[in-house]
Amino acid sequence: MSPEYIIAAIVTIVGLTTPILLAGLGELVVEKSGVLNLGVEGMMLVGAISGFGVTVLTFSPWLGVLGAAAGGAVASMLFAVLVLQLNSNQVATGLALTIFGTGLSSLLGLSFTGRIIVPFLSVFPDALAKNPIGRLIFGYSPIVYFALIMVPAVYWFLKSTRAGLILRAVGENDHSAHSIGYSVVMVRYAAIAFGGAMAGIGGAYFSMVITPMWAEKMTAGRGWIALALVVFAGWRTGRLLAGAYFFGFLMWLELFAKANGFGTTLPFLQVIPSQFWAAMPYVMTIVALTIISARGTAGSNAPACLGRPFLPST
Amino acid sequence: MQPSQTPRLELIGITKRFPGVLANDQVTFSVLAGEIHALLGENGAGKSTLVKMIYGVMQPDAGEIRWDGKRVVVTNPKAARKMGVGMVFQHFSLFEAMTVLENIALGMDASIPARDLEAKIVAVMRQYGLKLEPHRIVSTLSVGERQRIEIVRALLLNPSLLIMDEPTSVLTPQEVDQLFIVLRQLAAEGCSILYISHKLHEIKALCDTATILRGGKLVDTCDPRVETSRSMAEKMIGGSLKDIQRGASKGFGADKLVVQNLSVAKDGHFGIPLRNISFRVRAGEIFGIAGVAGNGQNALLLAMSGEVPCDDASVTVDGVKVGRMTAKQRRLAGVASVPEERNGHAAVPEFSLSDNAILTARDRLGMVTGGMINKRASVTYAGEVITAFAVKSTGPAALADSLSGGNLQKFIMGREIMQKPAVLVVSQPTWGVDAGAAGAIRQSLVDLAATGSAIVVISQDLDELLSLCDTLAVINEGRLSKPMPVADAKIEEIGLLMGGVHGEGAIHAA
Repeated sequence: MSPEYIIAAIVTIVGLTTPILLAGLGELVVEKSGVLNLGVEGMMLVGAISGFGVTVLTFSPWLGVLGAAAGGAVASMLFAVLVLQLNSNQVATGLALTIFGTGLSSLLGLSFTGRIIVPFLSVFPDALAKNPIGRLIFGYSPIVYFALIMVPAVYWFLKSTRAGLILRAVGENDHSAHSIGYSVVMVRYAAIAFGGAMAGIGGAYFSMVITPMWAEKMTAGRGWIALALVVFAGWRTGRLLAGAYFFGFLMWLELFAKANGFGTTLPFLQVIPSQFWAAMPYVMTIVALTIISARGTAGSNAPACLGRPFLPST
Repeated sequence: MQPSQTPRLELIGITKRFPGVLANDQVTFSVLAGEIHALLGENGAGKSTLVKMIYGVMQPDAGEIRWDGKRVVVTNPKAARKMGVGMVFQHFSLFEAMTVLENIALGMDASIPARDLEAKIVAVMRQYGLKLEPHRIVSTLSVGERQRIEIVRALLLNPSLLIMDEPTSVLTPQEVDQLFIVLRQLAAEGCSILYISHKLHEIKALCDTATILRGGKLVDTCDPRVETSRSMAEKMIGGSLKDIQRGASKGFGADKLVVQNLSVAKDGHFGIPLRNISFRVRAGEIFGIAGVAGNGQNALLLAMSGEVPCDDASVTVDGVKVGRMTAKQRRLAGVASVPEERNGHAAVPEFSLSDNAILTARDRLGMVTGGMINKRASVTYAGEVITAFAVKSTGPAALADSLSGGNLQKFIMGREIMQKPAVLVVSQPTWGVDAGAAGAIRQSLVDLAATGSAIVVISQDLDELLSLCDTLAVINEGRLSKPMPVADAKIEEIGLLMGGVHGEGAIHAA
């Protein structure tokens, strides 16, 4: 394998990783507040069409990204009202959000089918990205850098800020947080909105960067991988970054196997179907869960109130 | 104290109504500066509701609250804290997975840098002799230590009124003594204390004034030092107190339940392993197991009920090895059990009482034939339990959830007792149950023992064990002390055994 090829592979892996990293970071914050939102896939699709649509209409990819964040956040608010205000079941509502988001994005996308935008690629001078090493550092869409900046930002927020402490407290013991005087519902609204915005931007990476056009269900189940990623990471920000790139690598192996890449270099891997690699993130999540469980609760950073509705009267 | 002094807190005609109940009806009383004021009453008397209004969690429907003579509206807990009200909750509002420091920071309204906060905490701890490690994770702390977090959290705000909700229910006698020292020091410094409890001897030892509530109404405000425990208890329940009736002692029969070198590995990260537990309970004997919560009581109950299997020879009933038997097989062998958690363990909240009766009585009473439930048998049995144990409910079809804690506990106890088990193991039989129901439950245990059953009572309530049991042992860190006849038991000694490694008391007294 030539260095050129390895660099190309890394660039591909970064591209595959960015959407799940963004959506995973958002979902991490949501789950840390004690809410399980299974609607990531739906929010990503709404974000994908919102970002694409705004870019088509305004010719500004920056506004497109904002539009994607807004689209994802609005979609998540639907979930938030049902779950926080009406105390509906979080799992069922999350699944409904995915189904709804898929349908809504298809509907909104009808008028944008066939339109093409300029892909939202590197904003650095071309000269910087000319040589392979430069390309490795400067050759990405701003969304990639945004995702990478958000990792330490989320880590710092959860660990060192008062707001982050309150958010974790709400996810850890909602009744205690309420009795101290924090608004469990408001904190969770904010967390869900953040999760929606991040999922929206993650979705927009598909419609604005990978393929600068709209196609139905173009996120191809990556929302589910983002959900698995949060569990795989044991609800820790650092591990989420590592896990995202690990999953990105597995997804790249899938593409590699499809392109028959193993045929020439590693023939013995050729017999493994590409679907095997596609399933690996889920398999690895089960393995990670098994390890966490075997080590007892100490290995897990799971919020104690995850998925439980908050009923302050009891 | 001068009589003309303006009270720190005055409640005038406070009324709070919930759908179907009048939780507080025209309650009027006042707390002076530096006074330790007891708020006394049974469960459901309206103490918690009243305190929640003072702390701003709820708003009164009528009446007014005055603070230092001025009328105030306490809109939320934050406003209450700003006014100078601190509160230590009965069920600690702590976050298990976080450190002591983080927990305290969450209770502060202003954002204080972690280092400054730590310095302040250390200062408060030194001033009041409260020992805590700021960087420990809460889940690793004992109950007494957890309470100290709550107290430090409240004290950091320099409160002029501290509300303590049932603070001693989970403490060892030595920890209670230490708490009282802190509270007296606070009162001497001018802080008022509103002390909620139903432990009358503590109130007599600690408080200057007692306000007694019953059914939401104020019954009396008295001086606990001149009242007797009995007189206050009778005001609390509004009738005369019934003592446990015991038949003439017939002595104990043969060994019924023998536990020999029972060891169980710990369950989960925070579980407690059982280590070499041995005791025997004879026919007609009530065997008490005292101890602070979280010292292996749950594991012991599960090992007795059969939910967790153990070595075959480690548990025998009437000479039959039952260690390997499942819960169902043990029930058939005559072992009944009542776990601590009523809702979700002893009973399914969403099931009717008759369906809940099927869950444990099906085999012994033949409620299931060929896989089909005999509905009539279960309804009849549930009805019998309801009548015999005076369970207040709408009948066998009532949902377990719809019963008050005390009534559900009476039903669950009745469900087991009326199966006439050879051995009955109960955990916290009267936890969260009002005095009337608690008396009935204790009486039923005594009556069952009189018929020749062996009974094990696991409880944190030492008073209950001392009045109920014939023999007593203390569980600490999964080890059981040598059993002693209750007649010879000394409170101090039991307290020391309860203390173990977590208790500061053990070190102090040594």
